Amino acid sequence: MTPISLMKRGIVMTKIGVLALQGAVREHIQSLEACGVEAVAIKRKEELQEVDGLILPGGESTTMRRLIDKYDFMDDLKAFASSGKPMFGTCAGLILLAKNIVGYDEPHLGLMDVTVERNSFGRQVDSFEADLAINGVADNFTAVFIRAPHIVEAGENVEVLSKHNGRIVAAREGQFLGCSFHPELTEDHRLTAYFVKMVEEAKQKQLV
Amino acid sequence: MRTGTDRVKRGMAEMQKGGVIMDVVNAEQAKTAEEAGAVAVMALERVPSDIRAAGGVARMADPTIVEEVMNAVSIPVMAKARIGHIVEARVLEAMGVDYIDESEVLTPADEEFHLNKKEFTVPFVCGCRDLGEAARRIGEGASMLRTKGEPGTGNIVEAVRHIRKVNAQVRKVVSMSEDELMTEAKLLGAPYEVLLEIKRLGRLPVVNFAAGGVATPADAALMMQLGADGVFVGSGIFKSENPAKFARAIVEATTHYQDYELIAELSKGLGTPMKGIEIHTLAPEARMQDRGW
Repeated sequence: MTPISLMKRGIVMTKIGVLALQGAVREHIQSLEACGVEAVAIKRKEELQEVDGLILPGGESTTMRRLIDKYDFMDDLKAFASSGKPMFGTCAGLILLAKNIVGYDEPHLGLMDVTVERNSFGRQVDSFEADLAINGVADNFTAVFIRAPHIVEAGENVEVLSKHNGRIVAAREGQFLGCSFHPELTEDHRLTAYFVKMVEEAKQKQLV
Repeated sequence: MRTGTDRVKRGMAEMQKGGVIMDVVNAEQAKTAEEAGAVAVMALERVPSDIRAAGGVARMADPTIVEEVMNAVSIPVMAKARIGHIVEARVLEAMGVDYIDESEVLTPADEEFHLNKKEFTVPFVCGCRDLGEAARRIGEGASMLRTKGEPGTGNIVEAVRHIRKVNAQVRKVVSMSEDELMTEAKLLGAPYEVLLEIKRLGRLPVVNFAAGGVATPADAALMMQLGADGVFVGSGIFKSENPAKFARAIVEATTHYQDYELIAELSKGLGTPMKGIEIHTLAPEARMQDRGW
């Protein structure tokens, strides 16, 4: 039996983890389930073994970073990335993924070739909703920006998926997907579905 | 582009879930809190136990302190306004504070009406002891709730009472049939629409943190286990002997609230926690939780 037909029969169900140290974990899990895959909250590094892809959710990046260090997640997250499994960072998750952060000497995971600026749209009173066009995903996506970062600079292999007022707010580099906003806060699951597809494609490649 | 929508205001609180929000009175404490992994800080002139000790009228903090804290950290900064004090709230909003706590810890400015929080762009958090109170605050536009507990006592008993009560009442509403909800709304003193939303979602429509009496890592973990979305720690941290260590322990206990071996480790050698107050020894007028309507 081919891997694809195995998957279709539910024998190799796609499983996607959500890093559950802090932040909007429940919403991402619901969004993944709405896309028809199994979702797992990842609280311990050993649990990374079980999943085919990982979402780094919104929350406070400084808090998540502290807990990543405390629970010794750093090497395992990097190993997860080098195994080729897809990762999707939303808001604080994008900050964790980025290779460069404006005003900081060191990145967190430093995996995706982008430079991000934290809180770049201002404080909470400046947080907003806007309708975006996202390449290959939607031309009318309502995006919720909360004390959001944006991508100041993207490396040459990075595909810019969306801009808002000239600022890059969604991008993909191979197995890495990042966005400034919170797709998990709306009922629109199209961006999550895009990531699920990335995970399924990567999984098929590994099975072949 | 739309600012101040429900999604933007409630979403901000969603991002704080699983985290600890710490009371601070200056930039140095704010940095200690951020370093320890706090998801936000509450900028105050005095922590609740000192407000309690000082007596008199407690008001919004001096804007200098709030500004100093805002400049010191990159995590969100909250500040307290008196119940019903429209101008204190507008001043904090104008300063760019990320969240306002319309708080019973301060002396109420209005003994009849809370703020109409829907009119503000900045989101609000409010205290509640039961679902009626929670739903009224949501009806007025609160984007986040917290238990009232009994602030500044270092005694968790009231916060436990409040989270249990709210969650039991939420479960009841969720299991009721829709034609029973109007009478339930009358009995609870809750807006009908909010109860409908709770029934539809199967939970409160906004996050509900624990507050008012959290004094140890085990207290924080207890509140998480009882269903709180996160924890506010007021007087506990910076009244302890080693605030940085204490703050880190509270953050970790909140993340791993069911890992009892870890909580045992975290609780070792933290020094004496704040002494605390037995609730029954408080005079009725000293009970902050009875403020709010």
